[in-house]
Amino acid sequence: MIPELGHYALILAFCIALVQGVLPLLGAYQGRREWLVLAKPAAQTVFLLLAFAFGSLAWSFYVNDFSVLYVAEHSNTQLPTVYRFGAVWGGHEGSLLLWLLLLSTWTFLVAQLSDALDEFMVARVIGVLGLVSSGLLLFVIATSNPFERLLPAAQEGRSLNPLLQDPGLVFHPPMLYMGYVGFSVAFAFAIASLLSNRLDAAWARWSRPWTTAAWIFLTLGIALGSWWAYYELGWGGWWFWDPVENASFIPWLVGTALLHSLAVTEKRGVFKSWTVLLAITAFSLSLLGTFLVRSGVLTSVHAFATDPRRGIFILILLSLVVGSSLTLYAIRAPKRATGAQFTLTARETMILLGNVFLVAAAASVLLGTLYPLLIDALNLGKISVGPPYFNAVFVPIMIPLLVLMGIGPWTNWKNTHLLTVIQRLWIAALLAVIAAVLIPTIMGEFTWLASLGFLLAFWIIGSGIQQVMRQFKTGRPTRSFIGMQFAHLGIAIFVIGVTMVGAYQEERDVKMSSGDTVTVGAYQIQMKGIGAVAGPNYKATRGTFEVSRKGQLETTLYPEKRNYFSSTMPMTEAAINAGLTRDIYVSLGEALPDQSWAVRVYYKPFVDWIWGGCLLMALGGLIAISDKRYRSKWRATHEA
Amino acid sequence: MSLQNNMKPRHKRALLIIGALIVIGVAALLILNALNSNIALYVTPSDVANGKAPQSQTFRIGGLVKSGSLRRDGITVHFVVTDLVKDIPVSYTGILPDLFKEGKGAVVQGRLNQNGEFVASEVLAKHDENYMPPEAKHALEQAQKQEVQK
Repeated sequence: MIPELGHYALILAFCIALVQGVLPLLGAYQGRREWLVLAKPAAQTVFLLLAFAFGSLAWSFYVNDFSVLYVAEHSNTQLPTVYRFGAVWGGHEGSLLLWLLLLSTWTFLVAQLSDALDEFMVARVIGVLGLVSSGLLLFVIATSNPFERLLPAAQEGRSLNPLLQDPGLVFHPPMLYMGYVGFSVAFAFAIASLLSNRLDAAWARWSRPWTTAAWIFLTLGIALGSWWAYYELGWGGWWFWDPVENASFIPWLVGTALLHSLAVTEKRGVFKSWTVLLAITAFSLSLLGTFLVRSGVLTSVHAFATDPRRGIFILILLSLVVGSSLTLYAIRAPKRATGAQFTLTARETMILLGNVFLVAAAASVLLGTLYPLLIDALNLGKISVGPPYFNAVFVPIMIPLLVLMGIGPWTNWKNTHLLTVIQRLWIAALLAVIAAVLIPTIMGEFTWLASLGFLLAFWIIGSGIQQVMRQFKTGRPTRSFIGMQFAHLGIAIFVIGVTMVGAYQEERDVKMSSGDTVTVGAYQIQMKGIGAVAGPNYKATRGTFEVSRKGQLETTLYPEKRNYFSSTMPMTEAAINAGLTRDIYVSLGEALPDQSWAVRVYYKPFVDWIWGGCLLMALGGLIAISDKRYRSKWRATHEA
Repeated sequence: MSLQNNMKPRHKRALLIIGALIVIGVAALLILNALNSNIALYVTPSDVANGKAPQSQTFRIGGLVKSGSLRRDGITVHFVVTDLVKDIPVSYTGILPDLFKEGKGAVVQGRLNQNGEFVASEVLAKHDENYMPPEAKHALEQAQKQEVQK
């Protein structure tokens, strides 16, 4: 009964989303106020219906209703309750339902928080979001209904892939989707502004906090996914340039460019066309990401379901969104320059240049991701584009961007005397050079790449410290400023983490039996023994390893090899001793004939700084949107 | 610096565009260069046996891990990847992924040594027990087709 109600709610949501998409837009076009006012209640209703549908599916998981096909395929009675809830988005249908719920959540929030906007604008924004919602709802109802019944009901469900039974993965998809979907708001604002011919500073000011919010979620989502891969996959890597990872990273790069471009449009009223184009691109790439991951055209961890109909449907939806918005853009985008003056050394130019680097990076990652598909589609053979390509292209593009990050915040709007800035920044430059020489020496091995990494990271940190000092001399810093400092510091911390791991990690694959010792970094890891343990829904072999440094016992690690009852595949649970300056990572390989085990022992210096840096970036975004001036300034310009 | 302030907007825009084009051009060069040297071709076991594998580059082989072929030598493993027509001996030093099993599909990346043994630097088996790497499947289908034609 409950699943039928959920299904019914979905269909009803589709009908109302159509109303939400069509009538307000038409009303705004023809100036009919009675159609405009439908926007908000329709958006609220769609949100409630989707929340109900999602709740129904979650309930079916909770009560183990195996007469629902999706539940039977992704859950079983032995699954702990938390993971039963996480399993709601463990597969294709449920994750799309989550996508929709989050889209309607964003729409709902826009409807609630838009009192300051004029009703035509609100109606158009909600209308555009309604069109997107109805397209995806149709997709779910037609090709991916999560409420499909399985009759007769299964006695017991199939398991959720054991890899996914993990707290990191319970939160990873909602975060990531929240970010993906959040760009729809920036997109809707861009389209609404094009429709109403009102691409102005107010539009940018309004889009900015929404874009930042989406960007925060996307940053956290990607970081969570990376962290999960690090401790769960048992290989100790934090980024694999897997197509699915790229699918989330490309929108992030474009979204970051959009954040900065919006700042220029808000402050100076320039780059309007470029900003609109970025907003359209960011959302289109989010849709493309959904297509790549969900159509099964990519062969990777996440491609659990493959169904060509689904792929074609999303492809059609994607081309409709991209095609119609680009057409609108071609017709409506401002063609003449707005006349604002700025020089080649102004902050405007710096941000534009940074944007070009970010977009070039996004394009190169996109190309590397799609290239194998293209070659395969043209029957030119099968190839794989792996990490070497991405590292070879991505890293060189990032270098000038990081250099620019130290200079950009020092420049002024309109015009900057670049020479003065350079003269001031000698302190940061000195700090960077000292770090670039000193740190590799302390770490024991000098490589140019590591040195470059520290140079860039400390260049950004040094420049940041000088900015903060200058700011405190002239007055109270704004939250925007503090947010930027945190986010940029986050990048520097991230670069330090990446450089340290890249240059100084030690990875040893060794054969060990009880009593054997292996050395990584300054640590001795001794295998003490190995035995069997039982978990709630698995049996495991657990090793005991003592980690010591200079003869002092630091910690004991217990890596496991698990066999889940509901699955025949073994699972490696790595044991990690995390620390501010290093992780010790031990994972069990396989049993070898003579009572010994293949063991993987890693020493990962500063690896946690990678995710710490991401957290700082997200925190920076949070501080920036808490800046009150958005609302108050909007009101001021609006009433004037 | 003062020179730039006197520049005409038209010239300034041209300079900006030229700057952007240079960035894009350099990026494109990097991409082409990287694509040239860093892509790994998928080769079927039959093609490797027929000498159609690249000599100087790493490449990938997809196929089945032949049952009974797995042999351990400390941390190094030897096994055979097959498309059911031709067999290629493979060696790998390191820890195999959880889903690596005899009789199941796998993809290996590496290069051939002088003895005709494929030295793998990476062994990929995917994260789902019911999942067959499409490249392995493709290799089996290709081999079957060629057999039929003979």
